[in-house]
Amino acid sequence: MNKEVNTDIVRPKQIPRRAFAAIAGEKLIELIIRLSGVSAIIFVLAIFFFVFREALPIFFSDHFDLFKFLFNTQWYPTSAVNVRYGTFALTVGSISITFLAMLIAVPFGLGSAIYISEFCGPKQKESLKIIIELLAAIPSVVWGFIGLTVMSRMIISITGAPVGVNLLNGGIILALMSVPIIVSISEDALKAVPDSYREAALALGATRWQIVYRVLLPAAKNGLLAAVLLGVGRAVGETMAVLMATGHAVQIPHGLLDSVRTLTANIAAELGEASVGSDHYHVLFLTGVLLFLLTFAVNLTADFVIRGIRRK
Amino acid sequence: MQSESMQLCIQTRNLNLWYGQFQALKDVNIDVRHGLITSLIGPSGCGKTTLLRCFNRINERFSYVRTKGEIKVLGKNIYDPDVSLIELRKSVGMVFQRPNPVPISVYENIVFGLRIHNRFGVFQKNQLDEIVEKSLIEVGLWKDLKDRLKVKATSLQLEQQQKLCIARLLPLKPEVILMDEPCSALDVEGTRAIEDLMYNLRGHYTIVIVTHNMAQARRTSDECIFMLLGEKIEHDRTENLFLNPRDPRTAEYIEGRYG
Repeated sequence: MNKEVNTDIVRPKQIPRRAFAAIAGEKLIELIIRLSGVSAIIFVLAIFFFVFREALPIFFSDHFDLFKFLFNTQWYPTSAVNVRYGTFALTVGSISITFLAMLIAVPFGLGSAIYISEFCGPKQKESLKIIIELLAAIPSVVWGFIGLTVMSRMIISITGAPVGVNLLNGGIILALMSVPIIVSISEDALKAVPDSYREAALALGATRWQIVYRVLLPAAKNGLLAAVLLGVGRAVGETMAVLMATGHAVQIPHGLLDSVRTLTANIAAELGEASVGSDHYHVLFLTGVLLFLLTFAVNLTADFVIRGIRRK
Repeated sequence: MQSESMQLCIQTRNLNLWYGQFQALKDVNIDVRHGLITSLIGPSGCGKTTLLRCFNRINERFSYVRTKGEIKVLGKNIYDPDVSLIELRKSVGMVFQRPNPVPISVYENIVFGLRIHNRFGVFQKNQLDEIVEKSLIEVGLWKDLKDRLKVKATSLQLEQQQKLCIARLLPLKPEVILMDEPCSALDVEGTRAIEDLMYNLRGHYTIVIVTHNMAQARRTSDECIFMLLGEKIEHDRTENLFLNPRDPRTAEYIEGRYG
């Protein structure tokens, strides 16, 4: 059966060299991709640098005291006789409204992600995802407007509070704004859980709900945590909607129906009025730095938590 | 006749199955005997895995699957409306092609079945410990893992993972264990270990194994079913099927002419 194969026909050829233009083009594209990758770092550093540069002169002002800035609740930046730059109430405002928003948004967001990824049919899944993306596309000023009018009136008529723009209102609006992010990221996280895990549990006789809480939640916890933290980031940074929906009163809230002011809303509302180069102007930029550090701290803890989980 | 049917563990009658428009099983009639190891062989796409996945009705998780016909497990038609899928899957365990322990600890993997089937029951710690130990001893993992019960199951070696996947079925005291190419992700040693384990489990459980590997079917099984293009071609004692195949298609397959 062995056939003689004539190997003379196949002559080794030299591998041709690639054209210079092709190599150069490749290198160029590589450079562009590398630059866009590094650009994120450059932008973050640049933003921090410029904001901090605008804030720096306040440290040399007579009216400024860093401890008071952080822990005093008195915010009277334009007082003629006694200027006070205490941002503690604003920080508490930001934190409390974020906390409230997450208290509402996390159960709803995770619940709807679980429903979309595990329980509903393919058609319903598509339409739900489109609608949730639509929810994410609503501009924040429109949310603020809803808070100012619809929600405010509802809160007054249900709770009997004197003002409808308060912590509760802002918290609900912020929750509605963060839910789409939480849903889409956690849905991705659930989708990334290998189907073989579901099959394993199913073959052992698990019900759908048992699969969710015994298999999917432990398997996807990193992604779910990331989703929640992105929601937190969204809530801390949101400006327009909270400016309109929270009542804008500088005070430490004692209940859900108290008005609050957040760091972000404060900057947005006052920066236009502060004359460039004044103490007020500089202190607002320092508030920006504070906000920056706050979100940075949230992200960093998130990172550590996720890494801690991964190590286990 | 009566005693004959008593020995049967799984019976299918005129079983047809479609994936959408594609018919994957055609009038399959088989009888799997109790307590033996039965292997399903045949070339890729012949429907052997599909058939196996009918026995615990796990096929149905995909909405495009349609089934017609009858499957009796221990004399009970599993397509009857009063059959509980949860109970069915409790008595018909399954081992998959790729080891798929759940990403929780070894210990929790083994008691997983107990926990889900006894939703409101309270377990005593020492009772569970005992079950874990017994199950791991039965699959030969106890010596290796007794100090690592808290380790995440997905971090084990593949062979250990696959043994664990078998071990986690045992606390539920299944009648049948279905194995879908359980060794295809394992190396020679792992394959040998799983085959030894199957041999040890033989008699206690009815085992149905799908395999691509004819030599494995020959080594491990008491009876062998050859399938082709969604049909059962031949079912016989393994040595008969390999030595004296009745159907020419079986003969050609086991000679390696195709497949």
